[in-house]
Amino acid sequence: MPAKKNRDKGDKSAAIADPPPAASEPEGPPPPEPRPPVRVLYCGVCTFPVEYCEFGSSLTRCKEWLHEHDLEAYSKYYSDEALQAKIGTLSLEAQSKLEQETAKKEAKAEAKADAALKKKLASQVTIKRIERNKRKHVTSIHGLEAFDIDLKKAAKQFASKFATGASVTKNPQGLEEIVVQGDVSDEVFEMIEGEVGILKGIPADNVEIVEEKKKKGGD
Amino acid sequence: MFKKFQPSTDIAGQTPIKSSVQRSIRSAVLEQWKIEPETLEAVWPKKEGLVLVKCREHISIYTVHGEPIFFQHFDGPIYPTLRLLHKYPYILPMVRVDRGAIRFLLAGAHMMCPGFTSKGGYLPPAEEGLAAGVPVAIHAEGKEHAVGVGITKLATEDMKKVNKGVGVETVTYVGDDFWVIQSL
Repeated sequence: MPAKKNRDKGDKSAAIADPPPAASEPEGPPPPEPRPPVRVLYCGVCTFPVEYCEFGSSLTRCKEWLHEHDLEAYSKYYSDEALQAKIGTLSLEAQSKLEQETAKKEAKAEAKADAALKKKLASQVTIKRIERNKRKHVTSIHGLEAFDIDLKKAAKQFASKFATGASVTKNPQGLEEIVVQGDVSDEVFEMIEGEVGILKGIPADNVEIVEEKKKKGGD
Repeated sequence: MFKKFQPSTDIAGQTPIKSSVQRSIRSAVLEQWKIEPETLEAVWPKKEGLVLVKCREHISIYTVHGEPIFFQHFDGPIYPTLRLLHKYPYILPMVRVDRGAIRFLLAGAHMMCPGFTSKGGYLPPAEEGLAAGVPVAIHAEGKEHAVGVGITKLATEDMKKVNKGVGVETVTYVGDDFWVIQSL
């Protein structure tokens, strides 16, 4: 296979040109077994590798998390000597500036999270019964996405529950909503109240049912 | 590249890739990275189909079981995702920036030459110098794991000489929108 030959050649020349300085492996035929991956401990709070938590926006909480989960790693990164060594080549001035900035960032992120939570609590889910044709209705459910619900999955759930069509559509405002065929507004309300399936974490007080009559003379 | 990335708006579609195309991708990966076929097999078993996730601006992300493993811009070099790079840090040549630059890197900035040439930085020595346009793992002073993936804009020798301006363009870094996405 000529392609393979080429590749081997390319590999070899590359190996001569730049062996990786971090992991200089002994030369020779590649081991037949796959090399095991390096295990990296990721922070449970900010998802960074734990050594980068200090640059994240939630250092205090990251520290707590690490202290709880892996004391060894904690002492590795946050003991006094480690902190001393870390300063490294930076001047004292730059270091204090960096610390200030981290604190500022943390406060900012916290405020942002607070605001997001508030918004979530204040956001409304609207179940709208829309008259389509005198005795026929569709039900549109709007605002589920604010509660981290996958609209597509929710639509699927409604469709199988009510054995009708349910789809995710964009309304005139450009926002996404679920449209279920048939008048199922009360049932949907009950489902949200009872937290059926993936419809979780919506306070019933935030749900309102409205009705929309067809405009007279309109098509 | 991934400073702003919203799966809902930036992804155009997902398609399984033809096995013939997969073969060519596999050989391209083996050619471009320093990875043994066995290790690649562990990351991406032959039996598992690769899924191409097409994104805006000609970015293609390749996933196995919904987990991104590498990506590509247009038909440029193939980059590993940062999580894959953490697992197998030897697959890309390494450069290192000093501590002062980490902050900017984590804000998505491109890496300037002085960050590599100062005391905390590291560039491969002259005989192992890298050309321009090579994917590199960006490490940071005093840190064990890579903080980002980048592409060299200058040859490493030129970086040492010029010592000004962008040396490595940051492609993805810890904490960007692509990092946040763990599965597609």
